[in-house]
Amino acid sequence: MRHTKNIRNKLKWSLIYSFSCVRPRSEINKEGGTHGHGDPSYSRIVHCNQPSHHKKPFCYPNNKISTTKYNLMTFLPKALFEQFRRVANIYFLMAALLSLTPITPFSPISMIAPLAFVVGLSIAKEALEDWQRSVQDMKINNRKVKVHKGQGIFCHNKWQNIQVGDLIQVEKDGFFPADMLLLSSSYEDGICYVETMNLDGETNLKVKRSLDVTTSIDGYQAFKDFKATIKCECPNSNLYTFVGNLELNHQLHAIEPSHILLRDSKLRNTDYVYGVVIFTGHDSKVMQNSTASPSKRSRVEKKMDKIIYILFTLLISISIISSIGFATTIQYKVDDWWYLDPTHTTDFYNPSRLFISVTFHLITVLILYGYLIPISLYISIELVKVLQAKIINSDICMYDELTGKSAKARTSNLNEELGQVDTILSDKTGTLTCNQMDFLKCSIAGVSYGIHSSEVEMAAVKHMESESIDVNDVWGKFTSDQLGDPDIKVQKKMIKEFSFEDERLMGGKWMNEPNSDVIRLFFQILAVCHTAIPELNEETNSFTYEVESPDEGAFLVATREFGFEFCKRTQTSIFVHEKYHPSGNTIQREYKILNLLEFNSKRKRMSVIVKDDVGQILLFCKGADSIIFDRLADNGKKYLEETTKQLNEFGETGLRTLALAYRTIEDSEYHAWNTEFTQAKTTIGPDRDNLLDHVSELIERELHLVGATAVEDKLQEGVPQCIDALAQAALKIWVLTGDKMETAINIGFACSLLRQGMRQINISAQNICDVKNDISLQITSASNIIDREIDPRAAFALIIDGKALAYALEDDMKFKFLKLAVNCASVICCRVSPKQKALVTRLVKEGTKKTTLAIGDGANDVGMIQEADIGIGISGVEGMQAVMASDFSIAQFRFLERLLVVHGHWCYKRISKLICYFFYKNIVFGLTLFYFEAFTSFSGQSVYEDWYMILFNVILTSLPVISLGVFEQDVSSDVCLQFPALYQQGPKNLFFDWTRILGWMANGILSSLIIFFLIIGIFYDQAFASNGQTSDKCIIGTAMFTSIIWTVNIQIFLMINHFTWIQHVFVWGSIITWYLFLLAFGNLSPIISGHAYKILEEVVGPAPIFWFVTLLIAIVCNIPYFVRSSFERMLNPMDHHIIQEIKHFKNHLKDKQMWTREKSKARQKSKIGFTARVEDKIRLLTNKLNK
Amino acid sequence: MEMIHVEEISTSALRSRQISSIHHLRQISFTPKRSKKSEVIYKFTQQNLHACKLSLTPQLVISLFLLMGIIFVPIGFVALHASRSVVEIVNRYDTECMPDEFKSNKVAYIQDISVSKNCTLAIKIPKFMKAPIHIYYQLDNYYQNHRRYVKSRNDKQLQYGLHYIQTSSCMPEEYSNGYPIVPCGLVAWSMFNDTYSFVRHGAPLFINRKNISWKSDRDHKFGEKIFPFNFQNGTLIGGKTLDPTIPLSEQEDLMVWMRASALPSFRKIYGRIEDDLDADEVVFVNIGNNYNTYTFGGKKKLVLSTSNMLLGGKNDFLGLSYITTGFSCIFLAVFFALLHVKNQRPDHDTSHFSWTRKNTIS
Repeated sequence: MRHTKNIRNKLKWSLIYSFSCVRPRSEINKEGGTHGHGDPSYSRIVHCNQPSHHKKPFCYPNNKISTTKYNLMTFLPKALFEQFRRVANIYFLMAALLSLTPITPFSPISMIAPLAFVVGLSIAKEALEDWQRSVQDMKINNRKVKVHKGQGIFCHNKWQNIQVGDLIQVEKDGFFPADMLLLSSSYEDGICYVETMNLDGETNLKVKRSLDVTTSIDGYQAFKDFKATIKCECPNSNLYTFVGNLELNHQLHAIEPSHILLRDSKLRNTDYVYGVVIFTGHDSKVMQNSTASPSKRSRVEKKMDKIIYILFTLLISISIISSIGFATTIQYKVDDWWYLDPTHTTDFYNPSRLFISVTFHLITVLILYGYLIPISLYISIELVKVLQAKIINSDICMYDELTGKSAKARTSNLNEELGQVDTILSDKTGTLTCNQMDFLKCSIAGVSYGIHSSEVEMAAVKHMESESIDVNDVWGKFTSDQLGDPDIKVQKKMIKEFSFEDERLMGGKWMNEPNSDVIRLFFQILAVCHTAIPELNEETNSFTYEVESPDEGAFLVATREFGFEFCKRTQTSIFVHEKYHPSGNTIQREYKILNLLEFNSKRKRMSVIVKDDVGQILLFCKGADSIIFDRLADNGKKYLEETTKQLNEFGETGLRTLALAYRTIEDSEYHAWNTEFTQAKTTIGPDRDNLLDHVSELIERELHLVGATAVEDKLQEGVPQCIDALAQAALKIWVLTGDKMETAINIGFACSLLRQGMRQINISAQNICDVKNDISLQITSASNIIDREIDPRAAFALIIDGKALAYALEDDMKFKFLKLAVNCASVICCRVSPKQKALVTRLVKEGTKKTTLAIGDGANDVGMIQEADIGIGISGVEGMQAVMASDFSIAQFRFLERLLVVHGHWCYKRISKLICYFFYKNIVFGLTLFYFEAFTSFSGQSVYEDWYMILFNVILTSLPVISLGVFEQDVSSDVCLQFPALYQQGPKNLFFDWTRILGWMANGILSSLIIFFLIIGIFYDQAFASNGQTSDKCIIGTAMFTSIIWTVNIQIFLMINHFTWIQHVFVWGSIITWYLFLLAFGNLSPIISGHAYKILEEVVGPAPIFWFVTLLIAIVCNIPYFVRSSFERMLNPMDHHIIQEIKHFKNHLKDKQMWTREKSKARQKSKIGFTARVEDKIRLLTNKLNK
Repeated sequence: MEMIHVEEISTSALRSRQISSIHHLRQISFTPKRSKKSEVIYKFTQQNLHACKLSLTPQLVISLFLLMGIIFVPIGFVALHASRSVVEIVNRYDTECMPDEFKSNKVAYIQDISVSKNCTLAIKIPKFMKAPIHIYYQLDNYYQNHRRYVKSRNDKQLQYGLHYIQTSSCMPEEYSNGYPIVPCGLVAWSMFNDTYSFVRHGAPLFINRKNISWKSDRDHKFGEKIFPFNFQNGTLIGGKTLDPTIPLSEQEDLMVWMRASALPSFRKIYGRIEDDLDADEVVFVNIGNNYNTYTFGGKKKLVLSTSNMLLGGKNDFLGLSYITTGFSCIFLAVFFALLHVKNQRPDHDTSHFSWTRKNTIS
């Protein structure tokens, strides 16, 4: 057969990584397959490669996915339903319907038009957003993949057409369109590599293997004849389990999770695979994991609802007061009011049918006073937010030149929430880091090499330079000690993953170093001890490496640059080109691989046992420093002290370190051990892994330390600065990562979330029987330590792994855990699943009752992004899922600072002011209607003309408030960034707390009283015009309305801090528009304008009293607010007030020292970020110097 | 690729990069053709437009209050003076014109057609009154602003007469004896019908009853060719009966009445005396006390008033409001000045920053 012929040519790669060659066959024969059709967990039956079975009776959904909220049929009802879930809209709908009956105090058009406008616009917005979603779905559904058409022919077909049971061929770097069972791959032994970035965020390649019986399925005949049945579990969301079996040729074979290829993961390092589709579309695991994106509402908006309820209460109470007044009137008085002809009454004014009349009246006044509820509030807010979003989108400071992407507000209804964030939960890979390793430093034989500084150091230096801190002497010592001269930044040639720079090692000069033999050993270990596969790049004639983890790649690139080029791997050997041999020629060395002791998280090391070209047996080991140090031989500790010191320095600067060691093994010892090892490998049963670990332990001892490497997990640009800035704005930052603990801790150091001197609390699950209790104990004791700590500068860091987290998140423990976590300066959760990320987010959100922000880039962050109050997606290189699920997307983590500190701060203040003002103006307007009622014996008559009322909200007062909502800024963006403490005004909610809201309401009530009673007092009964004319209802209404327009516009004028021409145009324009309207309206036919015919030019305009009243009221109404804010500024100014003053008097230019001093003071004392770190360092050094 | 890497390595920090990218954009936008426009757009999107910022410094606050006070107080005094210069005489006559025998049953009196409703009042002029002297009738406790009342009219009918037949809003005064009423509605139906005539030195004093309505009413709202029809023909007689030979556009007392008042207490102009009245002069008024206010206990008053260019009628309230506000402002200015002196805070004072305060506390 074909594959037997090829077996010698092809390597069984899987053997290198795993022990699959000796792994017991996981085959279940007929007796073992006890699961039958009746078993509910095996309820799914897939007939492979039999298209005739696509339809009945196994009618599974096809592979089409849809993430839209609506479809054509359901759009209108659903969207309308969404709109009328807002209680205010229901109210206006009822009012609009009632306006068609005689009950209404207004004409129907004046009720229906604004509502239709408002609802229509909102629905249009929904439609647009959903359309964008469906376009995205369409793109995915129309991706192409090769599907078996029968007769062994594969044709391209759309993803959406794939059916359960189809045979699929996926090619290298392609995504799997559905959950599939792997049948065979381009590798002979049926393995393939997948990247599950989109599922769990891990970029490590994972090995999947096919069932042994299907490994050989390849080629025309095989596909034509392939028939099998899969019985398996129902669709579920669990990514890491799968139960099922494959019936092939009347034999049952158990299917394990490692046989399954999941949708949205990517095929890597494998030319092609064949698979049979098991779960399609929404049945697939990844889709089962995705939850419907929740509609989020900001805190401010939720509070606004409460205010609306308050206003409704006010509305109902004044309506009831009116109705009581009305009832008394018609009961006792109206009979005597002959001019109303009370003998011919309708039901509306019938004393003998009091109840009905009062009910009708109640409805009438409920509609009449409806102006208390600002109908245009929602639409104005939506409009303002869309405009705010546009401004965020077009902010050039958040534009990434590399990817050409700018920030994007995907939902605009959370803008102000950005200004109230308390906790940031961040993903690591792709968010904080680029997932790219850079070989930066190393320590060989106790000598530290590598002069490049890590980004953290550079950020810290930069920071120190920018601050004129008086400790330059201390700092100078510190920098020159640690960093060398920062000016030496040679940038001659840049190689990816290699930023190492040190003359002593480069270009073969290492041979002149004193310990050149150790250095050679160091490079040998790096070149040999790994699991990578070299690939020759034809163009550059150099090797690139396919690696499991990115740091191995960095090592191999580094050794290549140092002259040890790993060039070939065979089943048994590794070949390395040695460029700098004493002979002067490049020679090729072969290392025979005897054993490979693989890495796992428990061992924290990997070793390889090789026989070199002189026949010596060597064990090369690399691993975590603590692990290696424990296993050193007594004579192997020569460099231990220096290395430890250097490792600490590396670790402190955020580098990821590994220690390297070797030992020579005697032949006899090796053979004795190897027998034991082989035995352990062939053991069957659960003990196998333990046994292997144990045996490995036996040989990995008596090591000789060679040195240590330090690679930089490359951070995204500007991450340390951004974290520092966010920490100074007193935001808490949690890192949630799927990565292992070591990596996470390293990144913690790199981002300055962790530093030396910070007390780390590690909570992880031990392998003991009562894990839960143990974790509970760990949490309790950690809490106790924190409680007992008295030094206010002491900082704690909590590091918890996924398994422990699973227990910590259980209901009875989660609040204890949260309490501990909140008390820690930084929290890092590692090895967490996407679901746990979401759970942690929920815990923080619900436990602290504060606003949480989740930021991530991969599909594994989707849950968290959706769960958090604000989800931010990084529109990085790969994957759109996070972005699709997010509320905002930014190109890089560093833009978060500007997004929160500038835009969040602005938007929060804008929206708060806007809402307060809205309520204020509608209270002013609405209550005047109520007072007037008292003078009409509560009959339900309005003092204003219908058209005034329509225009009030829609035209006359809307634009200034929109300009406030879009353009207002208390301080400029530079100042926001320079004074991060200003951000705290948001999380502390200083601008939308109840005192402020109630204050605004009181202001509204006061203004309405002033307006009404001044107007009534002045226009009482005497003549108002020089020709002796007395006022009538329309004149009083017009004067009152004019006063209101002036009052509310002057009010907003006082509220605005930032006047550009736009604000001026809108504020003064609104007032002018009113007069223009009055003029135009008065000149319409009297049939339309009614009483207001020629009102301005003939009636009120020529009367001086009209203008004097307006002036008086506009001023008097605003005196209370003006006094209050002047008083506040004078005695109890807020931060932005002082900054405004400083800016106003240009003191920041006159007294630069003060300005700098305040800027640095304005940083919240935070325990994380490199500022904290630098300060900590300085403190330590100063202490040292003092001693 | 190399470019990118250099980028990554370069140490230029966040800010400087942003600035450079801004410069970059600026350079782009400064291409000669559209430089100015793009600059504006750039500033707009970056929210960097030139802005004046109002900073409420103590100096500004104090001077603003002072300024308002200085403006308002004089206006107030002028207005008060103007109001005091108006001579206004108010005479309540609904009780005085009631014969003693009907005092116990006023409604019977007013509804009894056979009883004469005439009565005479003597008014002593307290001060010299310069023509024109406006004559008003004032009704109290009369809800012309009642919703049922306000709605019960039809502007189209007033303008187009019987051509316009959709008059349901006029209920219940829409039809009478099966014919439509012009003008329809409660307002017209309940029109005021007391009459006044003045006698001075034994000779009648001419009352000009023209031009008491707004010109726009005469010209555009009340039809020139529309004559009262079928008016006050029903079983219930409301107020005044209109002369069916005079078109609506000349029925000025109807127009005045049809302008519904805003408050239950209101004055409406009746006519004007175009002769000066001297101080201490006595003028006799013959009143036709026809209008029924007794049912609902409303008062009726006759008001004579001169007018004033600034205020119209007598109106102390405006002047007093201005004076009060003005003095309050001055008071506030003083208050803030004292506060400022006592609590002086230098312009560049930084001690009030929240971070500074927090530090001093802790």
